[in-house]
Amino acid sequence: MWEFVNFYLIPGLVLGCIYALGALGITLTFGILRFANFAHGEVMMLGTYLALTMVWLFGLHPLLAALPAMALTALLMLGLDRAFFRPFRSAPTIISVIASFGLMLMIRSAVQVIWGTQPRPILPGVQRPQAWLDGAILLAPKHVWILLATLAIMAAIHLLLTRTRIGKAMRAVADSPELARLTGIPVETVIRATWVVAAATAVAAGVMLAIDTQVETMMGFKMLLPMFAAAILGGIGRPFGAVAGGLVIGVAEELSAYPWLGTAPLLNPAYKSGIAFAIMVAMLVWRPSGLFRGRVL
Amino acid sequence: MSVLRLQDIDAGYGDSPILRGVSLHVDPGEVVVVIGPNGAGKSTALKAVFGLLNITAGKVLLEDREITNTPPERVVRQGVCYVPQTGNVFVSLTVQENLEMGAYVRRDDWRPRLKEIYEMFPDLAEKRNQPAGSLSGGQRQMVAMGKALMLDPRILLLDEPTAGLSPRYRGEIFQTVKRINAAGVPILMVEQNARQALAIADRAYVLVDGQNRHEGTGAQLLADPEVARMFLGAKG
Ligand SMILES: Nc1ncnc2c1ncn2[C@@H]1O[C@H](COP(=O)(O)OP(=O)(O)OP(=O)(O)O)[C@@H](O)[C@H]1O
Ligand SMILES: [Mg+2]
Repeated sequence: MWEFVNFYLIPGLVLGCIYALGALGITLTFGILRFANFAHGEVMMLGTYLALTMVWLFGLHPLLAALPAMALTALLMLGLDRAFFRPFRSAPTIISVIASFGLMLMIRSAVQVIWGTQPRPILPGVQRPQAWLDGAILLAPKHVWILLATLAIMAAIHLLLTRTRIGKAMRAVADSPELARLTGIPVETVIRATWVVAAATAVAAGVMLAIDTQVETMMGFKMLLPMFAAAILGGIGRPFGAVAGGLVIGVAEELSAYPWLGTAPLLNPAYKSGIAFAIMVAMLVWRPSGLFRGRVL
Repeated sequence: MSVLRLQDIDAGYGDSPILRGVSLHVDPGEVVVVIGPNGAGKSTALKAVFGLLNITAGKVLLEDREITNTPPERVVRQGVCYVPQTGNVFVSLTVQENLEMGAYVRRDDWRPRLKEIYEMFPDLAEKRNQPAGSLSGGQRQMVAMGKALMLDPRILLLDEPTAGLSPRYRGEIFQTVKRINAAGVPILMVEQNARQALAIADRAYVLVDGQNRHEGTGAQLLADPEVARMFLGAKG
Protein backbone atom coordinates (compact mmCIF):
# COMPACT_ATOMS: atom_id res chain seq x y z
CA MET A 1 0.00 0.00 0.00
CA TRP A 2 2.64 2.58 1.06
CA GLU A 3 4.87 1.38 -1.73
CA PHE A 4 2.07 2.30 -4.14
CA VAL A 5 1.78 5.76 -2.62
CA ASN A 6 5.51 6.42 -2.36
CA PHE A 7 6.71 5.06 -5.66
CA TYR A 8 3.74 5.56 -7.95
CA LEU A 9 1.13 8.00 -6.68
CA ILE A 10 3.44 10.73 -5.33
CA PRO A 11 5.78 10.72 -8.35
CA GLY A 12 2.65 10.80 -10.49
CA LEU A 13 1.35 13.87 -8.68
CA VAL A 14 4.73 15.59 -8.97
CA LEU A 15 4.89 14.90 -12.67
CA GLY A 16 1.25 15.91 -12.98
CA CYS A 17 1.98 19.29 -11.36
CA ILE A 18 4.72 19.91 -13.90
CA TYR A 19 2.46 18.97 -16.79
CA ALA A 20 -0.33 21.09 -15.34
CA LEU A 21 1.85 24.20 -15.16
CA GLY A 22 3.06 23.61 -18.69
CA ALA A 23 -0.41 22.96 -20.08
CA LEU A 24 -1.75 26.15 -18.50
CA GLY A 25 0.24 28.30 -20.92
CA ILE A 26 -0.76 26.22 -23.91
CA THR A 27 -4.43 26.45 -23.09
CA LEU A 28 -4.28 30.19 -22.36
CA THR A 29 -2.49 31.05 -25.59
CA PHE A 30 -4.87 28.83 -27.50
CA GLY A 31 -7.89 30.43 -25.86
CA ILE A 32 -6.78 33.98 -26.52
CA LEU A 33 -4.64 33.82 -29.67
CA ARG A 34 -6.48 30.84 -31.17
CA PHE A 35 -3.49 28.82 -32.25
CA ALA A 36 -1.52 25.82 -30.97
CA ASN A 37 1.87 27.15 -29.92
CA PHE A 38 4.48 24.50 -30.64
CA ALA A 39 7.26 26.73 -29.31
CA HIS A 40 5.85 26.54 -25.77
CA GLY A 41 8.10 23.63 -24.74
CA GLU A 42 11.15 25.38 -26.10
CA VAL A 43 10.32 28.60 -24.24
CA MET A 44 10.15 26.47 -21.12
CA MET A 45 13.54 24.93 -21.91
CA LEU A 46 15.14 28.29 -22.67
CA GLY A 47 13.85 29.75 -19.39
CA THR A 48 15.20 26.74 -17.53
CA TYR A 49 18.66 27.35 -19.00
CA LEU A 50 18.39 30.99 -17.90
CA ALA A 51 17.56 29.76 -14.38
CA LEU A 52 20.51 27.35 -14.53
CA THR A 53 22.75 30.27 -15.46
CA MET A 54 21.49 32.23 -12.45
CA VAL A 55 22.29 29.25 -10.27
CA TRP A 56 25.83 29.17 -11.67
CA LEU A 57 26.42 32.92 -11.54
CA PHE A 58 24.88 33.82 -8.21
CA GLY A 59 24.70 30.50 -6.41
CA LEU A 60 20.93 30.90 -6.05
CA HIS A 61 18.64 28.09 -5.08
CA PRO A 62 16.91 26.86 -8.28
CA LEU A 63 13.47 27.89 -7.04
CA LEU A 64 14.76 31.41 -6.38
CA ALA A 65 16.65 31.49 -9.67
CA ALA A 66 13.35 30.65 -11.35
CA LEU A 67 11.95 34.09 -10.51
CA PRO A 68 14.40 36.24 -12.53
CA ALA A 69 14.36 33.57 -15.24
CA MET A 70 10.57 33.84 -15.45
CA ALA A 71 10.79 37.61 -15.77
CA LEU A 72 13.53 37.47 -18.42
CA THR A 73 11.74 34.81 -20.43
CA ALA A 74 8.49 36.80 -20.29
CA LEU A 75 10.29 39.84 -21.70
CA LEU A 76 11.90 37.73 -24.37
CA MET A 77 8.52 36.24 -25.22
CA LEU A 78 7.11 39.72 -25.80
CA GLY A 79 9.93 40.34 -28.29
CA LEU A 80 9.33 36.99 -29.98
CA ASP A 81 5.61 37.77 -30.25
CA ARG A 82 6.42 41.08 -31.94
CA ALA A 83 8.74 39.41 -34.41
CA PHE A 84 7.07 36.08 -35.15
CA PHE A 85 3.38 36.18 -34.21
CA ARG A 86 2.10 39.72 -34.35
CA PRO A 87 2.65 40.09 -38.11
CA PHE A 88 0.30 37.13 -38.62
CA ARG A 89 -2.45 38.18 -36.21
CA SER A 90 -5.07 38.58 -38.93
CA ALA A 91 -3.74 35.79 -41.18
CA PRO A 92 -5.20 32.26 -41.05
CA THR A 93 -4.14 30.56 -37.80
CA ILE A 94 -2.20 27.85 -39.61
CA ILE A 95 0.41 30.53 -40.41
CA SER A 96 0.91 31.18 -36.69
CA VAL A 97 1.14 27.45 -36.01
CA ILE A 98 3.89 27.13 -38.62
CA ALA A 99 5.64 30.22 -37.24
CA SER A 100 5.60 28.59 -33.79
CA PHE A 101 7.08 25.45 -35.29
CA GLY A 102 9.92 27.45 -36.83
CA LEU A 103 10.44 29.31 -33.58
CA MET A 104 10.64 26.00 -31.75
CA LEU A 105 13.53 24.84 -33.98
CA MET A 106 15.29 28.19 -33.74
CA ILE A 107 15.15 28.42 -29.96
CA ARG A 108 16.39 24.87 -29.53
CA SER A 109 19.33 25.40 -31.89
CA ALA A 110 20.24 28.67 -30.22
CA VAL A 111 20.23 27.04 -26.78
CA GLN A 112 22.33 24.16 -28.07
CA VAL A 113 24.89 26.62 -29.49
CA ILE A 114 25.05 28.72 -26.32
CA TRP A 115 24.86 26.10 -23.58
CA GLY A 116 25.86 22.90 -25.40
CA THR A 117 23.90 19.67 -25.57
CA GLN A 118 25.26 18.09 -22.40
CA PRO A 119 22.53 17.41 -19.79
CA ARG A 120 23.23 19.24 -16.53
CA PRO A 121 21.86 19.09 -13.00
CA ILE A 122 20.26 22.26 -11.62
CA LEU A 123 20.19 20.94 -8.05
CA PRO A 124 23.56 19.47 -7.09
CA GLY A 125 23.84 16.27 -5.06
CA VAL A 126 21.24 13.61 -4.38
CA GLN A 127 18.32 14.28 -2.06
CA ARG A 128 17.37 11.48 0.24
CA PRO A 129 13.67 11.07 0.83
CA GLN A 130 12.51 11.94 4.31
CA ALA A 131 10.07 9.91 6.32
CA TRP A 132 6.64 11.36 7.17
CA LEU A 133 3.78 9.83 9.15
CA ASP A 134 5.98 7.45 11.17
CA GLY A 135 7.92 6.40 8.14
CA ALA A 136 4.92 5.40 6.07
CA ILE A 137 5.41 8.14 3.51
CA LEU A 138 8.78 8.80 1.96
CA LEU A 139 9.04 12.15 0.29
CA ALA A 140 12.11 13.99 -0.98
CA PRO A 141 12.19 17.66 0.04
CA LYS A 142 12.36 18.70 -3.61
CA HIS A 143 9.04 16.98 -4.23
CA VAL A 144 7.50 18.87 -1.35
CA TRP A 145 8.77 22.12 -2.91
CA ILE A 146 7.36 21.20 -6.29
CA LEU A 147 3.94 20.39 -4.89
CA LEU A 148 3.81 23.55 -2.77
CA ALA A 149 5.15 25.84 -5.46
CA THR A 150 2.63 24.47 -7.97
CA LEU A 151 -0.21 25.06 -5.53
CA ALA A 152 0.97 28.62 -4.94
CA ILE A 153 1.22 29.35 -8.67
CA MET A 154 -2.21 27.87 -9.36
CA ALA A 155 -3.71 30.00 -6.62
CA ALA A 156 -2.02 33.08 -8.09
CA ILE A 157 -3.35 32.31 -11.57
CA HIS A 158 -6.82 31.75 -10.19
CA LEU A 159 -6.75 35.12 -8.47
CA LEU A 160 -5.37 36.76 -11.60
CA LEU A 161 -8.14 35.39 -13.80
CA THR A 162 -11.04 35.99 -11.43
CA ARG A 163 -10.07 39.06 -9.39
CA THR A 164 -8.03 41.39 -11.59
CA ARG A 165 -9.17 43.64 -14.39
CA ILE A 166 -6.61 42.30 -16.86
CA GLY A 167 -7.38 38.70 -15.89
CA LYS A 168 -11.08 39.19 -16.50
CA ALA A 169 -10.25 40.89 -19.79
CA MET A 170 -8.18 37.82 -20.72
CA ARG A 171 -11.22 35.63 -20.15
CA ALA A 172 -13.38 38.07 -22.09
CA VAL A 173 -11.05 37.97 -25.11
CA ALA A 174 -10.91 34.17 -24.90
CA ASP A 175 -14.71 34.19 -24.88
CA SER A 176 -15.18 36.53 -27.86
CA PRO A 177 -12.41 38.64 -29.40
CA GLU A 178 -14.95 40.53 -31.55
CA LEU A 179 -17.10 41.57 -28.61
CA ALA A 180 -13.98 42.44 -26.62
CA ARG A 181 -12.98 44.83 -29.37
CA LEU A 182 -16.46 46.40 -29.49
CA THR A 183 -16.31 46.80 -25.73
CA GLY A 184 -13.07 48.74 -25.98
CA ILE A 185 -10.89 46.10 -24.31
CA PRO A 186 -7.35 46.62 -25.66
CA VAL A 187 -6.84 43.21 -27.22
CA GLU A 188 -3.10 43.70 -27.85
CA THR A 189 -2.51 44.46 -24.17
CA VAL A 190 -4.44 41.33 -23.25
CA ILE A 191 -2.32 39.31 -25.67
CA ARG A 192 0.86 40.63 -24.08
CA ALA A 193 -0.42 39.73 -20.62
CA THR A 194 -1.18 36.26 -21.91
CA TRP A 195 2.36 35.78 -23.19
CA VAL A 196 3.78 36.94 -19.88
CA VAL A 197 1.67 34.44 -17.95
CA ALA A 198 2.37 31.64 -20.43
CA ALA A 199 6.12 32.23 -20.38
CA ALA A 200 6.29 32.53 -16.60
CA THR A 201 4.31 29.36 -15.94
CA ALA A 202 6.30 27.50 -18.59
CA VAL A 203 9.58 28.45 -16.92
CA ALA A 204 8.19 27.45 -13.53
CA ALA A 205 7.29 24.05 -14.98
CA GLY A 206 10.70 23.72 -16.63
CA VAL A 207 12.63 24.54 -13.46
CA MET A 208 10.55 22.06 -11.47
CA LEU A 209 11.16 19.39 -14.07
CA ALA A 210 14.88 20.22 -13.91
CA ILE A 211 14.83 19.99 -10.12
CA ASP A 212 13.15 16.61 -10.39
CA THR A 213 15.47 15.39 -13.18
CA GLN A 214 17.99 17.58 -14.99
CA VAL A 215 18.33 20.32 -17.58
CA GLU A 216 18.68 19.19 -21.18
CA THR A 217 17.94 20.69 -24.55
CA MET A 218 15.27 18.13 -25.44
CA MET A 219 13.23 18.65 -22.27
CA GLY A 220 10.83 21.10 -23.90
CA PHE A 221 10.20 18.87 -26.85
CA LYS A 222 9.54 15.86 -24.62
CA MET A 223 7.09 17.91 -22.58
CA LEU A 224 5.16 19.05 -25.63
CA LEU A 225 3.08 15.91 -26.06
CA PRO A 226 1.96 15.54 -22.42
CA MET A 227 1.27 19.28 -22.19
CA PHE A 228 -0.93 19.25 -25.27
CA ALA A 229 -2.60 16.06 -24.09
CA ALA A 230 -3.35 17.72 -20.74
CA ALA A 231 -4.72 20.85 -22.42
CA ILE A 232 -6.96 18.77 -24.69
CA LEU A 233 -8.09 16.47 -21.89
CA GLY A 234 -9.10 19.47 -19.81
CA GLY A 235 -10.81 21.21 -22.73
CA ILE A 236 -8.77 23.66 -24.79
CA GLY A 237 -9.02 27.19 -23.41
CA ARG A 238 -10.01 26.04 -19.91
CA PRO A 239 -7.20 26.87 -17.47
CA PHE A 240 -8.49 24.67 -14.68
CA GLY A 241 -9.21 21.92 -17.13
CA ALA A 242 -5.54 22.00 -18.12
CA VAL A 243 -4.53 21.65 -14.49
CA ALA A 244 -6.85 18.69 -14.00
CA GLY A 245 -5.67 17.21 -17.31
CA GLY A 246 -2.03 17.56 -16.29
CA LEU A 247 -2.61 15.81 -12.98
CA VAL A 248 -4.57 12.99 -14.60
CA ILE A 249 -1.89 12.38 -17.22
CA GLY A 250 1.00 12.58 -14.76
CA VAL A 251 -0.66 10.12 -12.40
CA ALA A 252 -1.78 7.84 -15.25
CA GLU A 253 1.76 7.68 -16.62
CA GLU A 254 3.23 6.64 -13.29
CA LEU A 255 0.44 4.24 -12.37
CA SER A 256 0.80 2.48 -15.71
CA ALA A 257 4.06 0.99 -14.42
CA TYR A 258 2.44 -0.39 -11.25
CA PRO A 259 2.24 -4.21 -11.15
CA TRP A 260 -1.55 -4.22 -11.19
CA LEU A 261 -1.63 -7.81 -12.51
CA GLY A 262 0.94 -10.22 -11.10
CA THR A 263 4.39 -8.89 -10.31
CA ALA A 264 5.59 -7.29 -13.53
CA PRO A 265 4.83 -3.62 -14.33
CA LEU A 266 1.53 -3.39 -16.19
CA LEU A 267 3.23 -1.37 -18.89
CA ASN A 268 6.95 -1.32 -19.48
CA PRO A 269 8.05 2.12 -18.15
CA ALA A 270 9.77 2.73 -21.48
CA TYR A 271 6.31 3.14 -23.01
CA LYS A 272 5.09 5.58 -20.35
CA SER A 273 4.96 8.53 -22.70
CA GLY A 274 2.55 6.57 -24.90
CA ILE A 275 -0.10 7.11 -22.22
CA ALA A 276 -0.36 10.84 -22.91
CA PHE A 277 -0.60 10.11 -26.60
CA ALA A 278 -3.30 7.50 -26.12
CA ILE A 279 -5.33 9.83 -23.88
CA MET A 280 -4.98 12.66 -26.39
CA VAL A 281 -6.11 10.54 -29.33
CA ALA A 282 -8.98 9.05 -27.38
CA MET A 283 -10.21 12.50 -26.33
CA LEU A 284 -9.93 13.89 -29.85
CA VAL A 285 -11.97 10.98 -31.17
CA TRP A 286 -14.65 10.73 -28.50
CA ARG A 287 -14.87 14.09 -26.82
CA PRO A 288 -12.88 16.77 -28.58
CA SER A 289 -14.24 19.47 -26.29
CA GLY A 290 -12.44 17.81 -23.37
CA LEU A 291 -13.69 17.10 -19.88
CA PHE A 292 -14.61 20.72 -19.24
CA ARG A 293 -16.17 21.63 -22.57
CA GLY A 294 -13.45 23.72 -24.12
CA ARG A 295 -13.08 24.78 -27.69
CA VAL A 296 -12.82 22.12 -30.38
CA LEU A 297 -9.42 22.20 -32.09
CA MET B 1 -26.92 69.88 -32.88
CA SER B 2 -27.61 66.20 -33.49
CA VAL B 3 -25.89 63.69 -31.24
CA LEU B 4 -25.19 61.45 -34.21
CA ARG B 5 -25.52 62.18 -37.89
CA LEU B 6 -24.90 59.99 -40.95
CA GLN B 7 -24.53 62.09 -44.10
CA ASP B 8 -24.95 60.39 -47.48
CA ILE B 9 -23.09 57.25 -46.43
CA ASP B 10 -21.86 54.73 -48.99
CA ALA B 11 -20.46 51.63 -47.31
CA GLY B 12 -20.06 47.91 -47.83
CA TYR B 13 -18.08 44.77 -47.15
CA GLY B 14 -15.12 44.58 -49.51
CA ASP B 15 -16.04 45.86 -52.94
CA SER B 16 -19.79 45.40 -53.03
CA PRO B 17 -21.55 48.54 -51.75
CA ILE B 18 -24.49 47.82 -49.44
CA LEU B 19 -25.45 51.31 -48.26
CA ARG B 20 -26.00 53.91 -50.93
CA GLY B 21 -26.39 57.47 -49.77
CA VAL B 22 -27.94 56.70 -46.38
CA SER B 23 -28.62 59.71 -44.19
CA LEU B 24 -30.06 59.75 -40.72
CA HIS B 25 -29.63 61.57 -37.47
CA VAL B 26 -30.42 61.29 -33.79
CA ASP B 27 -31.14 64.42 -31.77
CA PRO B 28 -30.57 64.76 -28.02
CA GLY B 29 -33.05 62.74 -26.00
CA GLU B 30 -34.55 60.89 -28.97
CA VAL B 31 -35.36 57.25 -29.63
CA VAL B 32 -34.84 56.75 -33.35
CA VAL B 33 -35.89 53.47 -34.92
CA VAL B 34 -34.74 52.00 -38.21
CA ILE B 35 -36.97 49.41 -39.85
CA GLY B 36 -36.77 47.69 -43.21
CA PRO B 37 -36.93 44.31 -44.88
CA ASN B 38 -34.31 41.59 -44.32
CA GLY B 39 -31.03 42.44 -45.96
CA ALA B 40 -31.91 46.14 -46.32
CA GLY B 41 -28.66 47.15 -44.65
CA LYS B 42 -29.96 48.12 -41.21
CA SER B 43 -27.25 46.27 -39.30
CA THR B 44 -24.73 47.49 -41.84
CA ALA B 45 -25.66 51.09 -41.02
CA LEU B 46 -24.94 50.56 -37.32
CA LYS B 47 -21.70 48.77 -38.11
CA ALA B 48 -20.66 51.64 -40.35
CA VAL B 49 -21.09 54.11 -37.49
CA PHE B 50 -18.98 51.84 -35.31
CA GLY B 51 -16.08 51.60 -37.77
CA LEU B 52 -16.65 47.93 -38.54
CA LEU B 53 -16.69 48.38 -42.29
CA ASN B 54 -15.34 50.77 -44.81
CA ILE B 55 -17.27 53.96 -45.55
CA THR B 56 -16.39 55.00 -49.11
CA ALA B 57 -18.38 58.22 -49.26
CA GLY B 58 -20.19 60.48 -46.83
CA LYS B 59 -19.54 61.36 -43.21
CA VAL B 60 -20.41 60.24 -39.70
CA LEU B 61 -20.57 63.02 -37.15
CA LEU B 62 -20.70 62.57 -33.39
CA GLU B 63 -21.96 65.96 -32.24
CA ASP B 64 -19.54 68.25 -34.08
CA ARG B 65 -16.72 65.76 -34.42
CA GLU B 66 -16.22 63.60 -37.50
CA ILE B 67 -15.79 59.89 -36.68
CA THR B 68 -15.98 58.46 -40.20
CA ASN B 69 -14.02 55.17 -40.38
CA THR B 70 -12.78 55.43 -36.79
CA PRO B 71 -12.00 51.90 -35.51
CA PRO B 72 -14.44 50.49 -32.90
CA GLU B 73 -12.07 50.59 -29.94
CA ARG B 74 -11.74 54.37 -30.47
CA VAL B 75 -15.45 54.94 -31.14
CA VAL B 76 -16.22 53.37 -27.74
CA ARG B 77 -13.89 55.81 -26.07
CA GLN B 78 -15.85 58.67 -27.63
CA GLY B 79 -18.93 57.46 -25.77
CA VAL B 80 -20.78 55.47 -28.43
CA CYS B 81 -21.92 52.03 -27.32
CA TYR B 82 -23.09 49.38 -29.72
CA VAL B 83 -25.02 46.25 -28.78
CA PRO B 84 -24.80 43.82 -31.71
CA GLN B 85 -27.69 41.56 -32.65
CA THR B 86 -25.95 38.34 -31.58
CA GLY B 87 -22.96 37.44 -29.45
CA ASN B 88 -23.42 40.56 -27.35
CA VAL B 89 -22.46 39.15 -23.93
CA PHE B 90 -19.40 37.26 -22.72
CA VAL B 91 -21.14 33.95 -22.03
CA SER B 92 -18.46 32.49 -19.74
CA LEU B 93 -18.17 35.62 -17.60
CA THR B 94 -20.60 36.30 -14.80
CA VAL B 95 -23.22 39.02 -15.12
CA GLN B 96 -21.17 41.31 -12.92
CA GLU B 97 -17.96 40.62 -14.83
CA ASN B 98 -19.79 41.50 -18.06
CA LEU B 99 -20.82 44.82 -16.56
CA GLU B 100 -17.27 45.44 -15.34
CA MET B 101 -15.94 44.78 -18.83
CA GLY B 102 -18.44 47.32 -20.13
CA ALA B 103 -16.66 49.85 -17.92
CA TYR B 104 -13.21 48.80 -19.09
CA VAL B 105 -12.38 52.07 -20.81
CA ARG B 106 -13.54 54.17 -17.85
CA ARG B 107 -10.72 55.69 -15.86
CA ASP B 108 -12.83 56.81 -12.92
CA ASP B 109 -14.55 54.69 -10.29
CA TRP B 110 -17.31 52.72 -12.00
CA ARG B 111 -18.80 51.20 -8.88
CA PRO B 112 -21.46 53.87 -8.35
CA ARG B 113 -22.54 53.25 -11.95
CA LEU B 114 -22.74 49.51 -11.28
CA LYS B 115 -25.12 50.23 -8.44
CA GLU B 116 -27.30 52.36 -10.70
CA ILE B 117 -27.38 49.63 -13.34
CA TYR B 118 -28.47 47.08 -10.73
CA GLU B 119 -31.20 49.49 -9.64
CA MET B 120 -32.31 49.81 -13.25
CA PHE B 121 -32.20 46.01 -13.77
CA PRO B 122 -33.08 44.34 -10.46
CA ASP B 123 -33.15 40.91 -12.17
CA LEU B 124 -29.46 41.27 -12.96
CA ALA B 125 -28.57 42.15 -9.39
CA GLU B 126 -30.06 38.85 -8.34
CA LYS B 127 -28.05 36.91 -10.91
CA ARG B 128 -24.84 38.88 -10.62
CA ASN B 129 -22.67 35.83 -9.96
CA GLN B 130 -24.15 33.57 -12.65
CA PRO B 131 -22.43 33.12 -16.00
CA ALA B 132 -24.21 35.26 -18.59
CA GLY B 133 -24.47 32.18 -20.81
CA SER B 134 -26.84 30.55 -18.32
CA LEU B 135 -29.44 33.33 -18.57
CA SER B 136 -32.55 33.43 -20.76
CA GLY B 137 -32.47 35.38 -24.02
CA GLY B 138 -34.30 38.36 -22.55
CA GLN B 139 -32.02 38.53 -19.54
CA ARG B 140 -28.98 38.35 -21.79
CA GLN B 141 -30.26 41.37 -23.68
CA MET B 142 -30.53 43.15 -20.33
CA VAL B 143 -26.93 42.22 -19.56
CA ALA B 144 -25.84 43.46 -22.99
CA MET B 145 -27.64 46.77 -22.51
CA GLY B 146 -26.43 47.12 -18.92
CA LYS B 147 -22.89 46.44 -20.08
CA ALA B 148 -23.15 49.20 -22.68
CA LEU B 149 -24.67 51.62 -20.16
CA MET B 150 -21.75 51.15 -17.76
CA LEU B 151 -19.94 53.72 -19.89
CA ASP B 152 -22.62 56.37 -19.49
CA PRO B 153 -22.68 56.56 -23.27
CA ARG B 154 -23.53 59.65 -25.26
CA ILE B 155 -25.60 57.44 -27.53
CA LEU B 156 -26.63 53.78 -27.53
CA LEU B 157 -26.89 51.74 -30.75
CA LEU B 158 -29.12 48.66 -30.46
CA ASP B 159 -29.40 46.03 -33.18
CA GLU B 160 -32.69 44.12 -32.93
CA PRO B 161 -32.77 43.78 -29.16
CA THR B 162 -36.00 41.76 -29.31
CA ALA B 163 -34.93 39.28 -32.03
CA GLY B 164 -35.91 35.74 -31.07
CA LEU B 165 -37.62 36.73 -27.83
CA SER B 166 -41.06 35.66 -26.67
CA PRO B 167 -43.77 38.38 -26.82
CA ARG B 168 -43.66 38.80 -23.05
CA TYR B 169 -39.93 39.58 -23.06
CA ARG B 170 -40.31 41.74 -26.16
CA GLY B 171 -42.58 44.11 -24.31
CA GLU B 172 -40.24 44.15 -21.37
CA ILE B 173 -37.27 45.05 -23.58
CA PHE B 174 -39.19 47.90 -25.24
CA GLN B 175 -40.13 49.19 -21.80
CA THR B 176 -36.48 49.00 -20.79
CA VAL B 177 -35.43 50.92 -23.89
CA LYS B 178 -37.91 53.63 -22.95
CA ARG B 179 -36.59 53.73 -19.40
CA ILE B 180 -33.00 54.01 -20.57
CA ASN B 181 -34.01 56.83 -22.86
CA ALA B 182 -35.96 58.56 -20.09
CA ALA B 183 -32.72 58.56 -18.09
CA GLY B 184 -31.29 60.78 -20.81
CA VAL B 185 -29.56 58.40 -23.23
CA PRO B 186 -30.36 58.94 -26.93
CA ILE B 187 -30.99 55.65 -28.72
CA LEU B 188 -30.67 54.48 -32.31
CA MET B 189 -32.40 51.12 -32.61
CA VAL B 190 -32.84 48.71 -35.50
CA GLU B 191 -35.99 46.59 -35.16
CA GLN B 192 -38.03 43.91 -36.88
CA ASN B 193 -41.02 44.22 -34.59
CA ALA B 194 -42.00 47.40 -36.37
CA ARG B 195 -45.31 48.13 -34.70
CA GLN B 196 -44.03 48.00 -31.13
CA ALA B 197 -40.80 49.76 -32.07
CA LEU B 198 -42.60 52.61 -33.85
CA ALA B 199 -44.86 52.99 -30.84
CA ILE B 200 -41.92 54.00 -28.66
CA ALA B 201 -40.01 55.90 -31.36
CA ASP B 202 -39.73 59.67 -31.50
CA ARG B 203 -38.74 59.36 -35.13
CA ALA B 204 -38.11 56.48 -37.50
CA TYR B 205 -36.52 55.66 -40.83
CA VAL B 206 -37.43 52.98 -43.34
CA LEU B 207 -34.42 51.57 -45.14
CA VAL B 208 -34.94 49.52 -48.30
CA ASP B 209 -32.19 48.03 -50.40
CA GLY B 210 -29.47 50.15 -48.83
CA GLN B 211 -31.32 53.44 -49.34
CA ASN B 212 -33.57 55.76 -47.34
CA ARG B 213 -37.21 55.12 -48.29
CA HIS B 214 -39.34 56.93 -45.68
CA GLU B 215 -38.87 58.94 -42.57
CA GLY B 216 -41.12 60.58 -40.06
CA THR B 217 -42.32 60.44 -36.49
CA GLY B 218 -43.26 57.04 -35.12
CA ALA B 219 -46.92 57.96 -35.34
CA GLN B 220 -46.63 59.17 -38.96
CA LEU B 221 -45.03 55.92 -40.09
CA LEU B 222 -47.56 53.84 -38.17
CA ALA B 223 -50.26 55.67 -40.09
CA ASP B 224 -48.52 55.47 -43.49
CA PRO B 225 -50.37 52.98 -45.73
CA GLU B 226 -47.21 51.78 -47.57
CA VAL B 227 -45.32 51.20 -44.33
CA ALA B 228 -48.34 49.42 -42.94
CA ARG B 229 -48.53 47.13 -45.97
CA MET B 230 -44.79 46.37 -45.94
CA PHE B 231 -44.03 45.99 -42.26
CA LEU B 232 -47.02 46.03 -40.05
CA GLY B 233 -48.95 43.19 -41.68
CA ALA B 234 -52.26 42.24 -40.19
CA LYS B 235 -50.84 41.44 -36.77
CA GLY B 236 -47.51 43.28 -36.65
N1 LIG C 1 -20.08 40.24 -43.25
C1 LIG C 1 -20.66 40.44 -44.45
N2 LIG C 1 -19.96 40.31 -45.60
C2 LIG C 1 -20.55 40.52 -46.80
N3 LIG C 1 -21.84 40.86 -46.96
C3 LIG C 1 -22.60 40.99 -45.86
C4 LIG C 1 -22.05 40.79 -44.56
N4 LIG C 1 -23.04 41.01 -43.66
C5 LIG C 1 -24.15 41.33 -44.36
N5 LIG C 1 -23.87 41.33 -45.69
C6 LIG C 1 -24.83 41.67 -46.74
O1 LIG C 1 -25.20 43.02 -46.59
C7 LIG C 1 -26.58 43.18 -46.87
C8 LIG C 1 -27.25 43.92 -45.74
O2 LIG C 1 -27.14 43.13 -44.57
P1 LIG C 1 -27.61 43.64 -43.15
O3 LIG C 1 -27.14 42.60 -42.18
O4 LIG C 1 -27.17 45.03 -42.95
O5 LIG C 1 -29.17 43.57 -43.30
P2 LIG C 1 -30.27 43.86 -42.21
O6 LIG C 1 -31.09 44.97 -42.77
O7 LIG C 1 -29.68 44.05 -40.89
O8 LIG C 1 -31.14 42.54 -42.28
P3 LIG C 1 -31.74 41.64 -41.11
O9 LIG C 1 -33.10 42.16 -40.89
O10 LIG C 1 -31.78 40.28 -41.72
O11 LIG C 1 -30.86 41.73 -39.93
C9 LIG C 1 -27.15 41.81 -47.12
O12 LIG C 1 -27.30 41.65 -48.51
C10 LIG C 1 -26.10 40.86 -46.60
O13 LIG C 1 -26.07 39.71 -47.40
MG1 LIG D 1 -29.55 42.91 -39.13
